[in-house]
Amino acid sequence: MKSEITIKMARCKGCGICVAFCPKQVLALDELGKVQVVNGDACIACGQCELRCPDYAIFVDKGAAK
Amino acid sequence: MSKARLMQGNEACAEGAIAAGVRFFAGYPITPSTEVAETMAKLLPRVGGKFVQMEDEIASMGAILGASLAGQKVMDATSGPGFSLKQELIGYAACAEIPCVLVNVQRVGPSTGQPTAPSQADVMQARWGTHGDHPIIALAPWSVRETYDATVMAVNYAERFRTPVILLMDEIVGHLREKVELPEAGELDVYPRRSPKKTRAEGYEPFAPDTDLVPNVADFGQGYHIHVTGLIHDDTGFPAGSPKVTEDSIHRLHEKIARVGEEIIHTEEYFMDDAEYAVVAFGGTARTAYEAVANARKKGQKVGLLRLMTIWPFADQAIARLAARVKGIMVAELNYGQVVNEVRRAVNGHCPVEFCGKYNMQTFEPAEIEAGIDALCGEGNK
Amino acid sequence: MERSYEKYFRQNRLPHMWCPGCGNGIAMKAIVQAIEKKPGLTQDNTVIVSGIGCSSRASGYMDFDTLHTAHGRAIPFATGIKLANPELNVVVITGDGDCTAIGGNHFIHGCRRNVDLTVVLFNNNIYGMTGGQASPMTPLGKKATTAPYGSVDRPFDACNLAEAAGATYVARSTAYHEPHLVDMIAGGFDNKGFSFIEAMVQCPTAYGRKNKLGSPADMLKWMRDNAVMKAAWDKLPADKKTEEKFPIGLLYQAAAMDYDTAYDQVIERAGGAAK
Repeated sequence: MKSEITIKMARCKGCGICVAFCPKQVLALDELGKVQVVNGDACIACGQCELRCPDYAIFVDKGAAK
Repeated sequence: MSKARLMQGNEACAEGAIAAGVRFFAGYPITPSTEVAETMAKLLPRVGGKFVQMEDEIASMGAILGASLAGQKVMDATSGPGFSLKQELIGYAACAEIPCVLVNVQRVGPSTGQPTAPSQADVMQARWGTHGDHPIIALAPWSVRETYDATVMAVNYAERFRTPVILLMDEIVGHLREKVELPEAGELDVYPRRSPKKTRAEGYEPFAPDTDLVPNVADFGQGYHIHVTGLIHDDTGFPAGSPKVTEDSIHRLHEKIARVGEEIIHTEEYFMDDAEYAVVAFGGTARTAYEAVANARKKGQKVGLLRLMTIWPFADQAIARLAARVKGIMVAELNYGQVVNEVRRAVNGHCPVEFCGKYNMQTFEPAEIEAGIDALCGEGNK
Repeated sequence: MERSYEKYFRQNRLPHMWCPGCGNGIAMKAIVQAIEKKPGLTQDNTVIVSGIGCSSRASGYMDFDTLHTAHGRAIPFATGIKLANPELNVVVITGDGDCTAIGGNHFIHGCRRNVDLTVVLFNNNIYGMTGGQASPMTPLGKKATTAPYGSVDRPFDACNLAEAAGATYVARSTAYHEPHLVDMIAGGFDNKGFSFIEAMVQCPTAYGRKNKLGSPADMLKWMRDNAVMKAAWDKLPADKKTEEKFPIGLLYQAAAMDYDTAYDQVIERAGGAAK
């Protein structure tokens, strides 16, 4: 795994900005309309999601392989 | 060398403000209050304070509230139209409990009215000018020297109760020139800015009331990270939408002033010892009323004068006591009838209350008030 | 890993009240990241002042001394704070309606006086809090609840207004260009005088929906596609400066004495400097 994605679910309002800007289709909205990781292995830790999240709900750290 | 100086009421107001510790003044030119701003512009930098002429009446009110939150004692001065414009931020100061003094040197209205002829028609606006429920303190001096003292008192009340205080002057006193001797520095009691009694670690809440129901709000820059808003808020300072917080908050704003009762209600009596009738007056009109009552006494009429210096909160008890002593009361004021209705409310039918009003740009002549006294006393008392 | 800027937020007040996809959250983050870049600005010596409206709710989420003033009046309050205690760094957060309509007079006079304030205008092109009425920065032809047939009121360019009125630092960025926005705000902190930064933010709920601008992400992409960096903008031929294109970056800077320094000279002349 190239990166670690942290989601603060209580802050997510499901606006979809992170999903739209993810270049690798790592993210999607779940049935309740909140963000979820659907393809974590594809994440390149570009940080577009974190950068544009208006709610400080998603964070990506590079190379935190576990 | 005599320490006596010739000055006008507006200048005495500025001198009093500086003596009371005011170090920030924001204003906008408007007669007949302009000399307050001009004098502050001259005197404040001499004591290291700051004067700023803002772009409008609202901005000057906003600037003093900001400066007060940053720790300075503050004042602004205006007249009728400017007083109308400032109302929203007077309410803000009441809600957010920001100490400030606003001088209103009254002139004839409504609207631009008669600049800048004397009037006392902003009594009710001082009380009810803003939207929503909150109390107000308003003081109306009648001489140049008392203007100095009342300004010191206004600054002290603003700090003590963390509330806006209106210095409700009129053009008569504002532009009156008298020889006055001002007190030496150190002779005055000056109320200091309230300060927090707890640290953040001890659970400090900026709007938690002290035993006198007034909160010890930290000044900006003291490290408390407080939040101040014009929304109804709880003790933490943050908006709270609950009915209980709303009710408690509005009640406390009133009670913090109401609880001190007559302590802040200043009145004076003249010729009242054996008086059977009384004139009630305030501000510049009380000067004319004094002469009229003195003349009436010379004619043998048993009449006295009750002068109100505190206009708000209203002197209900002093008026009720007066009503129990006399056969009739006449209220003289330069308006179409404002304080007279408060007097009638406080008298509550215990004696007749007559009205002697004037609203034609001119001050009272003593003879006009004497004619009112003649009518009040009736033929039998001549 | 916890982000270092999180300490500038009142954690117990989050999540904030802004709508899903609202750009205000991005602009608020940009402000605290700019503060973090300047070691001289601490939580104890920085005051956040806001007006009324969606943008102005930001003050309540930020862990500083914060002041949520009356509609349009943030700049006068901020002026009083700065002059009363010049040691404080004063940041104003305002919106397009708050700053250029009801607070328009205060805005231009704040610029003129060159008080040392950093004013960040969250421009969402609309009155959001009251439900989507036209503001002085609603573009021509765009719809609002009070402009149901499209706005015919010519809009302000707030940056041009600030420059003309005497601001000494004028910049613009967008929610899409977040790191750039951080730099623009940080540049404002470096300027000792009136600094004005227009932060274009998307309002998907009122403005976007009314004008069929798509999702919040679509609105951010519009910013990406239409913003032109100042240097490129200056070289752009007139026919390429189409209606939707706009310049971002440091648009104007001038050297002038700030108000407080100027007033210190007044105190000096009056003989009050020692007091």
